[in-house]
Order: sequence, then C-alpha cells, then structure tokens
Amino acid sequence: MATGAIAVVDYGMGNLRSVWQALVHVADGREVVVTADPAVVAAAERVVFPGQGAMPDCMRELDARGLRPAVLAAARDKPFLGICIGEQMLFEHSAEGDVAGLGVFAGEVRRFPAEKMVDAAGNRLKVPHMGWNEVRQTRPHALWEGIADGARFYFVHSYYVDPVDRACVAGTTDYGIPFTSAVARDNIFAIQCHPEKSAQAGLALLENFIRWKP
Amino acid sequence: MGLAKRIIPCLDVTAGRVVKGTNFVDLRDAGDPIEIARRYDEQGADEVTFLDITASSDQRDIILHIVEACAAQVFIPLTVGGGVRTVADVRRLLNAGADKVSMNTAAVQNPDLVADASAKVGNQCIVVAIDAKQTAPGLWQVFTHGGRNNTGLDAVEWARKVQQLGAGEILLTSMDRDGTKNGFDLALTRAVSDAVDIPVIASGGVGNLQHLADGVSEGRADAVLAASIFHFGEYTVREAKEYMRERGIEVRL
Repeated sequence: MATGAIAVVDYGMGNLRSVWQALVHVADGREVVVTADPAVVAAAERVVFPGQGAMPDCMRELDARGLRPAVLAAARDKPFLGICIGEQMLFEHSAEGDVAGLGVFAGEVRRFPAEKMVDAAGNRLKVPHMGWNEVRQTRPHALWEGIADGARFYFVHSYYVDPVDRACVAGTTDYGIPFTSAVARDNIFAIQCHPEKSAQAGLALLENFIRWKP
Repeated sequence: MGLAKRIIPCLDVTAGRVVKGTNFVDLRDAGDPIEIARRYDEQGADEVTFLDITASSDQRDIILHIVEACAAQVFIPLTVGGGVRTVADVRRLLNAGADKVSMNTAAVQNPDLVADASAKVGNQCIVVAIDAKQTAPGLWQVFTHGGRNNTGLDAVEWARKVQQLGAGEILLTSMDRDGTKNGFDLALTRAVSDAVDIPVIASGGVGNLQHLADGVSEGRADAVLAASIFHFGEYTVREAKEYMRERGIEVRL
C-alpha cells in the first residue's frame, strides 16, 4: 500500500461508499481504501472508523473480523477519525444493548431521555435525531479550521456520548438537551454526525483530517 | 436554535431523465438527474430524493448508474425509491450510493420486508412511503399502485405499524393533493406526524412557498418534499428556505 494511504475500517455493518466517496473527493489524489484487513489498517497513515446500525452488532462484527487490536493500535498513534457509531464505540459502555465499547474514552453512550424531548416552544422532539443541526465548537481544533462555529451538520442517531473527562469535548449540539457531538484527544477526533453527508462543512472537516498533523 | 426543518426536492426519474407530470400522464422532461441534483445541492437542499418511475424491469439498472454518479458529486443525503421489492433491492441501491431507500407497495404487500431490511441495514436507511387518500372526514386510507388500489388500511394505523416494524422515516403523500398545487393535506400530515415518533416528510400538492411553511407549522412535518415548484425554476430551494426562516421556522441557510 502506498504511503499516505487512508484506511476506512469495514467491519461489515452497512455501506461505507458515502464515506469513501467523500474522502476521495477531498483526498487530492491520495489513496483511500475501504478495508476489513487488520494489516491494511496497521499499514495506513490515517484511519477512519465509521459506523451505522446498532452498537452491539457493530462491536460483535468488529471482533468477528479480528479488527479490535488494529483499531486500538491506530487510536494510539495515527490520525484517527471516528464517525457516528464509530465515535460511540470508542467509549467504555453503551446503553444501547448494554454493551461494552473499546474504552478509548472514559464515559457512557446514553439514549436521548424521553422526558426531555421537547423544544423551547414545547413541541415534541422525535428520536432518532435526524437532520441538520448546529455544532458549537467548544474549543479550537485543527479539524474545525475554516468551518464556522455553529455550522450545521447532518445527524442520524438516538444515542450520544457522555465523556467523563470534559476536557475531551470538542463540540456540542442541542436537541432537547445539550449533548457532546464531537470529542478530541491527541491523535483522535470523533464526531457524532456524518461529515460525508454534510455538504461543504462536512467536506471541509474531512479535508482538515487528511491534512492533520497531530 | 436546534434541528432544522428539511426541504427535500424530489426527482421522478425514468429512462435516465427527470420527468414531471400529473398522475403519470403528460410527462414533461425536466432534465438530467445529476445536473439537477447538483443544482439543488448548490441551492442548499437538505437532501435529494430520486423516485424511479421506470415501468419496465429491463431499464431498472439505469437508476443504479444515476445513483452512483450522483453520490460521487453530491454530498448530502440521497433517498431512492421506486420498484423496491426485496432486501437485495435495498442493498443494491445502498451499495450504489443511496443513503436511504424508500419502499411503498412492497411494504404493504409484505410488511416483513420492512422488518427484514431494517434489521439488515439499520432503520436509519429505511423510509416507508405512504400514499393516502381521504375516504371520510378525518379518515385516510392507504393506496398503492400510484393511487389506484385501496388497501383498506387506515393511514394513521399503518404509520404506527411501519414504525414498529422498523421504518426510520415516513414519506407521506396525499393522493388527493398530489399534482394539484393546492397545498399539503395538513390534517392528514398532522394526524400521522402526531401518531409516530419517527420523522415525517410531507408530500403532495405544493404550489407555493406558503404551502411548504404550512406543512411544518400546521402539519407538524419534520421535512417537506416538493418537485415541480423547483424543477421549472418557479422558486429556488434557497428562496424557499428564506421564506420559511422569515416565518420563524428554523432552516439550514
């Protein structure tokens, strides 16, 4: 594999074409591979860890393919981008199916609390949280470069991460409650929304990731 | 501030072209699907929906090529519907680059399809389209085959049922209003939207920007879908969003 390659980890849960397509669009000729091979993940310069579906299925499939060690190794020293369930899987535990995650970040993945799902005008908020919502940048980060604070990104999820260490929070969003929509620490950035489906703001974030030198 | 209400242009596609007509007659050519999808993306559309209305099965694969080409250039969610009958059909469209797949007649004929597809690809990818007609005051029934067949199902009950089966979203079309430009059936939209927890997209009857705003504020829809007002340049998506924002509706601008 060529140096500078970007590996998108494929553990068999859903379609990664959108993620691959958007990365290729901003990769400026660099190789982007969708792979289920731990060796390819290990050899990549940067790793994208996406996810969709239910977290228990995602954890099961990740282990069934023997990808856990390669993902944990990448999260230790490579530029690493978690997307959606890929963000949630980095935490210790999820309320979705009461399942353990990878434990890269301390904290819980929680479901939106039904009793808080009303907006300021008293209208009921639906779960899943689906559509374009604002991401407040709670601190500067290389991946926010060129993206307006409060820019809208596309979300589809019913669970959100609740980190123990608030210092890792990089972005927050309001949906009934304020929740953590992005976390970052050292070489890791992980986001709840789908940058690959978030038009210009999302493409800018992916481009920033490809150039990022943590 | 919070979640924005979505505006979704819908493209009826047959034999590789976007067409628009009333009840499948008097189809007018509205252009190249990729070009139109790109234009809507540039105008700030929140998603794009392709509805494959190709009649003959030998032309089915054309839509896959369109989806592939669109997904390579347009980085907003893409929903594709029309002729989806099996989980394999769902997978083919997702693999081509669709983010969500919409099913209608097949869901009525075989509700297990909704459950199976949802279990395999996740409910966020599964949209159930409901075509409803008013049959008595405050009562709507589900029709299939472009509004010709009455299934006898109550639209509100069916909406609850598909949510339970695993639909992630409902695309609700009023067959009474579709093509009329008289506005959404707001009572229908509200009845369905209030009955379910998943998002509801209002469709059928949009003739002006007021109709779009009404769909959200009166119909309580989470998203509004329209075709002809955008295709023939009457309004841009941006104009629609500006109009909605002036009326206090939160949009992505």
